Amino acid sequence: MGKLKDGILLALLWGAALLTVGILVLIVGFIFYKGIGLISWDFIVSDYSPLGGGGIWPMIITTLYTIAISLAIATPIGILAAVYLQEYAKQGRLVRTIRFATECLTGIPSIIYGLFGAVFFVTAMKMGMSIIAASLTLTIMILPVIIRTTEEALKTVPRSYREGSLALGTTKLQTLYKVILPSAMPGILSGIILSMGRIIGESAAIFLTAGTVAAMPESIFSSARTLTVHSYLVTQEAGDIELAAAIGIVLIVIILVLNFTATFISKKLDKSNY
Amino acid sequence: MSIAMLDWKPVFADKVPEKKTKISVKNLNLFYGEKQALYEVSIDIKENEITALIGPSGCGKSTFLRTLNRMNDLIDNVKISGSIVIDGEDIYKSNDVIKLRTKVGMVFQKPNLFPMSIYDNVAYGPRMHGLRNKKKLDEIVEESLRGAAIWDEVKDRLKSSALGLSGGQQQRVCIARAIAMKPDVILMDEPTSALDPISTLKIEELLVQMKKDYTIVIVTHNMQQAARVSDRTAFFLNGELVEFDVTSKIFSTPSDKRTEDYITGRFG
Repeated sequence: MGKLKDGILLALLWGAALLTVGILVLIVGFIFYKGIGLISWDFIVSDYSPLGGGGIWPMIITTLYTIAISLAIATPIGILAAVYLQEYAKQGRLVRTIRFATECLTGIPSIIYGLFGAVFFVTAMKMGMSIIAASLTLTIMILPVIIRTTEEALKTVPRSYREGSLALGTTKLQTLYKVILPSAMPGILSGIILSMGRIIGESAAIFLTAGTVAAMPESIFSSARTLTVHSYLVTQEAGDIELAAAIGIVLIVIILVLNFTATFISKKLDKSNY
Repeated sequence: MSIAMLDWKPVFADKVPEKKTKISVKNLNLFYGEKQALYEVSIDIKENEITALIGPSGCGKSTFLRTLNRMNDLIDNVKISGSIVIDGEDIYKSNDVIKLRTKVGMVFQKPNLFPMSIYDNVAYGPRMHGLRNKKKLDEIVEESLRGAAIWDEVKDRLKSSALGLSGGQQQRVCIARAIAMKPDVILMDEPTSALDPISTLKIEELLVQMKKDYTIVIVTHNMQQAARVSDRTAFFLNGELVEFDVTSKIFSTPSDKRTEDYITGRFG
């Protein structure tokens, strides 16, 4: 009887695992099957042509721009905010309110951020539809993610590290900078990776703030189109599933490269791995 | 050192020569919020001696130890009255906690080395206090590791992670890290409670050697340990200092009934 129960449970576990992996394989397989025919060096590095046959270079550049700008702004602000909340702020009503607010912000659908960006950055701040307006909108969107993950990472640093450092007559700032932040770095980096994923996967918020101009952006103040928006539009307007799938392949590769880089950096920084 | 040392019985000196007072505590009260943890503790800790603090769990001995380098400052809602004077200076009147903790080092219950190399751990304190000279740092690291009787075991792996060492080795590197700051006083909060008997003996031997250079205050659960290493012993109970005397006297003819009950194992 026990054996049978064990067997059923094991089968369920295996089933769940297989289903998860299966879906992933199915999606990736579908994308590769549909899109691989279009992938060529030319497709990646040439300009887009509305008449068909063009490449996606402008969208790759736009995507990388939005990632770089949003992370460059959100990472330092997010880490500083988390350090303040976790290490400095007196734990009370104000801090609880801020925490509650960040939690709420993570749950808001991205199109709301897009609408806010369109009203605030694009119109009120007179930035127009532009990469910078989109990046700032995304910054607000990923800020709570970075704050939350950094806070969690700081919480996992053992109290004994802090005590050990402070007992040597160091200041709170030195302890933070030399012991606590380095120990929390892997956790902080995983928050950054998570944020990159959100930026790359985002379409609604970008669509409403950066527009859809399918050309190489002249500067960060020009309107432009990211890969995800492009893939949405070619499916929507031209019904071109192959092209959308090919863009999907490029996106997957970009995400993998960025993840591996971040993991590599995190390993390098983790000084316990000698 | 041999296993035979495990059976070693302390030979008590009849009289401990009077030494200069290093730390003078008067009428110390400590509150965690509303709850009082220490009651009117007064004690004079002598220079170049080992003072052991014993007592059952929750009696306030660790709390007392942590008032000596103001580690209790890290906890919210701690209130203190009374005075602690180290070398003529009331440590709660001056606000230079950095200077205090440079002078009064600490070793914790569990080894708490940072996730860095052995070298970086020992050099951490001096570096944070502005020492950059490589040669000088090398000297301090070697000197401190020798002082903690761990140099020979780690000299070939200074650049590898400190967390790869055994618990006993880690604790001795913690001691090296503390003495790298050249403190006068070293506080130890049950430094051997997480260690095996052999490592414990090594540390006890080390303590006895160290007392010629440092004033050591050690909290211990282990009464044999207090008897083996300390010159004077303070017995705490429910936040009060019940008895403080020369170790041989505490363990042979305590003057308070509660001390006697505790050391004969009637409670605790």
